[in-house]
Amino acid sequence: MKVGIVQFPGTNCEYDTQYAFEKLGAQTSILWHEDAAVAEDLDLIVIAGGFSYGDYLRSGAIASKSPIMKAVKAHAEAGKKVLGICNGFQVLTETHMLPGALKRNEHLHFISKHHNLKVASNANNFLEKFDNSDVVNIPIAHHDGNFFIDADGLQELYDNDQVLLHYCDAQGNISNPNGSVDSIAGICNKEKNVFGLMPHPERAMEEVLGSADGIKMLEGLM
Amino acid sequence: MTAIINISLKNGVLDSQGKAVHHALDSLHFENVEDVRVGRQIVMKLSQTDEAKALEEVTQMCEDLLANTVIEDYEIELVK
Repeated sequence: MKVGIVQFPGTNCEYDTQYAFEKLGAQTSILWHEDAAVAEDLDLIVIAGGFSYGDYLRSGAIASKSPIMKAVKAHAEAGKKVLGICNGFQVLTETHMLPGALKRNEHLHFISKHHNLKVASNANNFLEKFDNSDVVNIPIAHHDGNFFIDADGLQELYDNDQVLLHYCDAQGNISNPNGSVDSIAGICNKEKNVFGLMPHPERAMEEVLGSADGIKMLEGLM
Repeated sequence: MTAIINISLKNGVLDSQGKAVHHALDSLHFENVEDVRVGRQIVMKLSQTDEAKALEEVTQMCEDLLANTVIEDYEIELVK
C-alpha cells in the first residue's frame, strides 16, 4: 500500500498523517505542490490539513490551482483514492472534486476540540469498517468548516449515499459546532473514491492522546 | 485600466461576519442599520486597453480563481 501526502506552503499535518499511515503499515511519501505528476503506483493520495498559502483569498483556493492538483485529479479519474482532511477537504471543494464549499464557522470562532461524529453511510471504503450510526470521537481544528451546499445539491448527496459523517454528541444526537448544512462533517464523490472531512482522523491514532478512533477510519482506505 | 472587483456571499448564504458587524453596530447604538454584508474587494491594474476584452478577461479570473461561485457573487467595475 503506497500513500502520497501532499505538502503545500502552509500545510502542517503532513507528518502526523505520515505517522498515522505508517503505523497502519503503509509506505508513505511526501508530494511537493510544484510536482505536475505523481508516481503511478500510488494507491492513495492524502491532502493533509493546515493553512495552505495562509488561507489567502479563500481556504484552499490558491492550493487548488497548483500543479500537483492536476496530478491528483488524474489519479482520481483513474479510479484511485483521494482523501482530503480539513484544509485538504477545502482544497477538494475548491477543485470541484467534491461538491459544496466550506465557509467561515457560523459563530466565527476557530474551533479546536474533540468532537463526536456519527457514521451516515458505510457504503464506501473509508467507513466500511463501521456500522451506520456508530459514534466516533475525532478532533476538529478549523476556522472555515461550515459546509454549504444548496438544497438540490444536498438532496443529490443523500440520494447517492455521499454523506459520510454528521457532527453529534456522545449519544449520537446531532450537535452542530460550526453551522454546517445538516451538520455534515464529511462527504465523498459519487464514484466513492474521493473523500473529504473536516475532522482529523490522523490525530486520533493513540488512546494516550485522547482517542484512537481514527485508526478504524484510515484502515478502511488501506 | 483598473478593474475593481467586489465579491460577496450570495443572497441566501448566511453572512456570519455581516451579522456580527451588525450586532456590534447595534451595541454602539447605530439603530438605523437594517442589514450588513461583509465582502472582499480586489483592485488590479491591467495593461489591456480594450474594455470589452478586459471585462472578458477579468470575468474569467473571477470564475477560475477570485470568487467561489458556489457561495459567492462578483461584480466588476472598470475604470480608465
